[in-house]
Amino acid sequence: MNATLSRFNIVSIVLGFTFLYLPIVLLVIYSFNESRLVTVWAGFSTKWYVELFSNQGLLDAAWVTARVAFISASVATVLGTFAALALTRYTRFHGRTLFTGMIFAPLVMPEVITGLSLLLLFVAIGLDRGFMTVTLAHITFAMCFVAVVVQSRLLSFDRSLEEAAMDLGASPATTFFQVTLPVISPAVVSGWMLAFTLSLDDLVIASFTSGPGATTLPMKIYSQVRLGVTPEINAVCTILIAVVATGVIAASIVNKRREVQRRRDEQEAQRANNIAFGRNT
Amino acid sequence: MKSLGSIRRSFAPWADPDAKPYISFRNVTKRFGDFTAVNDLSLDIYEREFFALLGASGCGKSTLLRMLAGFEQPTSGQILLDGQDLKGIPPHRRPVNMMFQSYALFPHMTVEKNIAFGLKQDGMPSAKIAERVKEMLALVKLEPFAKRKPHQLSGGQRQRVALARSVAKRPKVLLLDEPLGALDKKLREETQFELMDLQQELGLTFLVVTHDQEEAMTMADRIAIMDRGEVMQVATPAEIYEAPASRFVADFVGSVNLFEGKIANRDKDIATIEGDTINIRTRNAGDVEQGQKAWFAIRPEKIKVSSKRPANAEYNAAEGEIWDIAYLGDMTVYHVKLPDGRVIKTSSVNSARVIKDPLTWNDRAWISFASDAGVVLTS
Repeated sequence: MNATLSRFNIVSIVLGFTFLYLPIVLLVIYSFNESRLVTVWAGFSTKWYVELFSNQGLLDAAWVTARVAFISASVATVLGTFAALALTRYTRFHGRTLFTGMIFAPLVMPEVITGLSLLLLFVAIGLDRGFMTVTLAHITFAMCFVAVVVQSRLLSFDRSLEEAAMDLGASPATTFFQVTLPVISPAVVSGWMLAFTLSLDDLVIASFTSGPGATTLPMKIYSQVRLGVTPEINAVCTILIAVVATGVIAASIVNKRREVQRRRDEQEAQRANNIAFGRNT
Repeated sequence: MKSLGSIRRSFAPWADPDAKPYISFRNVTKRFGDFTAVNDLSLDIYEREFFALLGASGCGKSTLLRMLAGFEQPTSGQILLDGQDLKGIPPHRRPVNMMFQSYALFPHMTVEKNIAFGLKQDGMPSAKIAERVKEMLALVKLEPFAKRKPHQLSGGQRQRVALARSVAKRPKVLLLDEPLGALDKKLREETQFELMDLQQELGLTFLVVTHDQEEAMTMADRIAIMDRGEVMQVATPAEIYEAPASRFVADFVGSVNLFEGKIANRDKDIATIEGDTINIRTRNAGDVEQGQKAWFAIRPEKIKVSSKRPANAEYNAAEGEIWDIAYLGDMTVYHVKLPDGRVIKTSSVNSARVIKDPLTWNDRAWISFASDAGVVLTS
């Protein structure tokens, strides 16, 4: 591969990243704006952050969102993992192709339709809209994402690990909890994180399925923005970005470290082996 | 080790009509959809035997092993272990352990924990587990690596961990699926002898699946040659090599020359075969009858190549031309082309460092062999 960057490449990278990140950078900068007017820069200040923490409405919404995201991500992870297991393991049951297709469908289904259909369901069974219904709705759509993430890991999972565990006397349940789950846990954790973030920033489905007393942060932000963007909203969004970015960066650093450590271990094992058998490489 | 050698020499329970088989496959058939992996197979294996299933990939040998371990259920037939029918017993309740081709070491556990896994499932007290793990680590010489994870080990070390883990529970039978397949040649040869010693030491029954005939010949007491889900022959390595039951077995194990012909005459122990290429007088003819179509099979190293005409050249001799020579160090392979175009494989041991007047390409040469050097096959 050619390591040097041509001018064309540099221009493409700059353009691409500008397109992606300029709006976000602007938002972060203006969250530190002194002025009440969002578009006029009047010096650096953190007062909107202070004000934010005295805005009970926004804090309540944030707390609701956090709880909804945590519960729905956790339940969706359990359900999604089981769905993925069923779809990769029992390859010979009738209608497997149909079920696999159906687990993917919600990923491409317009959110409006998912939201509306869930609303109709809740109305039909007489479930009062609120915290419960929005959580259920988030479980429903996040579960598919988890299933897809875990399924792709299971496809490369060495089944002989499970056979070895059973061969050594472990019951199917013990095998699952002591061998399968620990091995696929990175995929399960990233499935959970995906479900959590999806729930965190969902507006459309929440708008359909939420009710009084269960306003999520995106709903709150959206309703406030309709009255005009305030620097307070910028501050909230900056905090959200910081939280998500920290999570993503931390996860990738941990992964990278583990990978480097693993490679080093493997090289060392190989070297020890070569020395043991008197071979020079 | 002297005593182990003498045990091995006298070990032949299959020849004893009163011996009870330890593992019995009775008319076992296994189908996957339309594909028949194992076809009406019956096989007896005795206690403390080192038994090898040898065959090309897809011959059903691994399926047989997996049925014994409980990962596959026979479509029909019966598998008995020590007189007990294994039908319906799940893998985790069978007194057999398996060593997997991929080793299947648990990547998130240390070497120690891998070996202890099976013992924990049995609810063994932890002090006893620690003791047994230590013993196993000593057995496979891996004590310094107890705290390492599998990815911190070399291929040979992983193989030892897998072995230690599978024998830690002292199973009645150890199943080994291509146990040495992933090792390089030198390490494989060393490990073959270690496995044999280990089997003697622990007194277990070993059932090994392999596609490597050298491996099977080296290690096993008896070998079953398999093809397309059926057993072609079960015998000791020497019998398989020197007295193959069919052309398939003769050709599968080692290298062989086959001459086709008709039995022209059958005396008490000498049969005469008339063929297009060569006329043969041979012992080892079994129960063939006059007029029957037969094949004479002879191994390359049992054929003598010489530039001189042998004394009695009407039978068991032919003149040809040296077609190809391959010098392998310990021996030399000559391919001799006969007048009808057939190429005969021969090999001679290089017992002297320098050979005077060696045969070379395009030389005229005679091939000849003794009357007991080959066998007559009818199938």
